[in-house]
Amino acid sequence: MSDKTEDIELRLLLEAIHKRYHYDFRGYSVASLKRRLTQARERFGCDTFSQLQDRVLHDPAVLPALLAYLTVQVSELFRDPAYFRAIREQVVPHLKTYPSLKVWVAGCSAGEEVYSLAILFREEGLDERTMFYGTDINPEALKRAEAGVYDLDRLPLFTENHRKAGGKSSLSDYYTAAYGSAVFDKSLRRRTVFSDHSLASDAVFAEVQLVSCRNVLIYFDRDLQDRAVGLFKDSLVRKGFLGLGAKESLRFSAHADAFAPFAPDERVYQKQGDL
Amino acid sequence: MSAGAEAVVIGASAGAVDALSAVLPALPKGYPLPVMVVVHLPPDKKSVMAELFRGKCAVDVREADDKEPLTGGTVYFAPPDYHLLVEPDRRLSLSSEEQVHFSRPSVDVLFESAADAFGPGLVGVVLTGANADGARGLRAVLAAGGTGLVQTPTTAAAAAMPLAALAAHPAARALTLDQIAAHLRELGGTS
Ligand SMILES: C[S@@+](CC[C@H](N)C(=O)[O-])C[C@H]1O[C@@H](n2cnc3c(N)ncnc32)[C@H](O)[C@@H]1O
Repeated sequence: MSDKTEDIELRLLLEAIHKRYHYDFRGYSVASLKRRLTQARERFGCDTFSQLQDRVLHDPAVLPALLAYLTVQVSELFRDPAYFRAIREQVVPHLKTYPSLKVWVAGCSAGEEVYSLAILFREEGLDERTMFYGTDINPEALKRAEAGVYDLDRLPLFTENHRKAGGKSSLSDYYTAAYGSAVFDKSLRRRTVFSDHSLASDAVFAEVQLVSCRNVLIYFDRDLQDRAVGLFKDSLVRKGFLGLGAKESLRFSAHADAFAPFAPDERVYQKQGDL
Repeated sequence: MSAGAEAVVIGASAGAVDALSAVLPALPKGYPLPVMVVVHLPPDKKSVMAELFRGKCAVDVREADDKEPLTGGTVYFAPPDYHLLVEPDRRLSLSSEEQVHFSRPSVDVLFESAADAFGPGLVGVVLTGANADGARGLRAVLAAGGTGLVQTPTTAAAAAMPLAALAAHPAARALTLDQIAAHLRELGGTS
């Protein structure tokens, strides 16, 4: 590993954030983290990561702002429609055999992925028997997820995605437009719990039939990816499903053997029976 | 032959396919350096780039996978809708963070991270394009001691990207596509 001064300072900054605030970014992919922390450093007017470390340690107001840089918040409703189509057409028939269901959306950002699944489950007649857990480490994102309010100018894309995902209803059935915002129907989150949970430091909290964790593992190095996938493995029931992001796979995972490709093009895996 | 080249990064936008067709097929089988390429494409398109060039090239061509270790003789295309970055341990990684210059993938993001990982061993190449992506990245490549090559603006289908790159750093060299191809072969010790 490189021992450039800047990289030493970066590691110390992550160490400081962990020791002081228990957010653990030490196992994250460095390249994009460094890029985003460089932007944060500029925004806080610091010349070095050491100066930024000083600020974050002594001013508790800095951390929440820093979290916006440390965690990437890009998401969409029905992002990658083919994934949701695979869930609808291939996974849902299996899920229908369970009398009650639990779904864990790990790294749910502002809730887009949870609302997508909640709408899909309603269209497929599963919502009454399903509990959704949306988890993330970014408290701002969780607050927005709880509110279910999105900018109205994002709705054309969401509507198009929903249609491509095989939507059986009109997306407008699920929200009300007001003052430049779309407010998603409360009933969609009647059986949803949004909560703080870190794939880097927390443990399994429920037994679930489906884990959807998209575009989160790319931010982790391989050890941390293994930890996260280990949590999914321990959380899933036998024959349960794991859906990953479009460019994520279990190919290099320490837990690859515990899963079989189910809808390989859409990165859906099925947990195997106990060995 | 210039000693010490370890990797090549290439950025292209409008006119990319033609320009890359003059450069990538010129790399011989067994070319020792890894080559990473960002082309601006609409996010919803399945990447056709790797498929398109696989048939035309002597080197391996594929779409980059997250955490894949870099190997020589391979061209890695950034997947649509993801930034491509190089980790300090010289593995590739992907990110879906915000667009840069209205683009994901962005040339700047690849070049800046690769400059960090490879320092003087990096060769950055900016080809045709109608925007300013790549200028900041090329500056980072040169600041880290690497080499900067830019398609001569007058020979580019869209001159804006080469012009911005040249404006960003005086030490960048303007070359035609043929000269760039020859230079890359030379840097790989395979002229
Ligand atoms: C790019 S977003 C993905 C959003 C959504 N899953 C999607 O694919 O559209 C990544 C999310 O992962 C969250 N995240 C980052 N580190 C995490 C961790 N250790 N545990 C849980 N979530 C994390 C971030 O806060 C962010 O909301």
